[in-house]
Amino acid sequence: MEVSVTINGDSHTHDVEPRTLLVHYIRDVVGLTGTNIGCDTSSCGACTIHVNGESVKSCTMLAVQADGQDLLTIEGLADGDVLHPMQESFRQCHALQCGYCTPGMVMAAVSLLDENPDPSEREVRIGLEGNLCRCTGYHNIVKAVLHCAEASS
Amino acid sequence: MIPAAFDYIRAGSAEEALAALAEHGDEAKLLAGGHSLLPLMKLRLSTPAVLVDIGRLDDLSYINDAGDHLAIGALTRHRDVETSELVQSQAGLLAEATSHVGDPQVRHRGTIGGSIAHGDPASDLPSVMLAMRATLVARGPGGERQISVDDFFTGFLETSLGDDELLTEIRVPKMPDATWGFQKFNRRAQDWAIVGVSAIVANGNAGVGLVNMDSTPVRAAGVEAALVGGAPAADAAEAAAEGTNPPSDLNAGPEYREHLARVLTRRALEAAGR
Repeated sequence: MEVSVTINGDSHTHDVEPRTLLVHYIRDVVGLTGTNIGCDTSSCGACTIHVNGESVKSCTMLAVQADGQDLLTIEGLADGDVLHPMQESFRQCHALQCGYCTPGMVMAAVSLLDENPDPSEREVRIGLEGNLCRCTGYHNIVKAVLHCAEASS
Repeated sequence: MIPAAFDYIRAGSAEEALAALAEHGDEAKLLAGGHSLLPLMKLRLSTPAVLVDIGRLDDLSYINDAGDHLAIGALTRHRDVETSELVQSQAGLLAEATSHVGDPQVRHRGTIGGSIAHGDPASDLPSVMLAMRATLVARGPGGERQISVDDFFTGFLETSLGDDELLTEIRVPKMPDATWGFQKFNRRAQDWAIVGVSAIVANGNAGVGLVNMDSTPVRAAGVEAALVGGAPAADAAEAAAEGTNPPSDLNAGPEYREHLARVLTRRALEAAGR
């Protein structure tokens, strides 16, 4: 079945099997491998991208469901060489260790601040409950999100 | 994990969805947000031959004030229910419970109708439907019918919806003056409830729904009767596990779940001011 999507501003059209998961489409068909597959059971959030501006787990969506939608992946966040403020905050606050959860964590964090620009620490922790860090580096991740919120206000 | 192959039909209207269901019968499954169905399909616990995607039926995504009740379109996303001022003011229990469904990403995709039609006893929202005595509206080849929530959940992941029917609307009584409590007990962030309780009290009436205490979502009828009879929260909550048949899994056995049901019901009732 034909699927047309916009990813990071670029249009893509491909013929895919209906059972193709969106994350497999993005990684294997389009070739954008910044989005990671972690648990593959919609628990860990490593595959988080934005669909029409909102965080979504791309392992729990079919590519055909994304037909006609506007997608943003981690590759589309920076403006050329200038990091997105959330990426910059992650760098400043050392909010990544092994880095595997980072693309999904950043995408979830950007969506979180879009909905709640001035969150409390508790709201950040609850807002990121759909993203797991196996290094357990949550302390600096939360710090980075709060730092980004403060820097943007 | 990749689902088994299926034929995909994107419905452009409720009528198209019903026609596809009529043609394919029990070989077809409806796909709304997909956050209950797709995980099952990836594990190959569900292998529908035909998937009818109703995710674009925007006319079934709404929250309306319908006089004595709120009319919520089945395809309304959790995020929209959770943040709706109308739901917050008229059905606070539903808004609160919805904010505990999954995580933000799940709530951006999952729908109220999908969650309820899935009929999972471990889901949060069916307990709210039971506590608030909601009415479910289904459309089928013979037209529309209303189903009391007490007749809706018929077995494990089974409901009284026919293979050829589509859940279109959830009707929740407006209860702006009600007091309520929602309790969800789990060990890890975003887990399913080991046990959960929705309790609401208004005008001398009480509604209490339980999560994960039987093979279907169930009402704590004994607690409701005790409350109507004037029993204090702690006494009424003692009846929470009566008549239930709780499941056993890695997290908890039946006895522990019965204990949790009593404790969480007491807490929910205390939060409701009883």
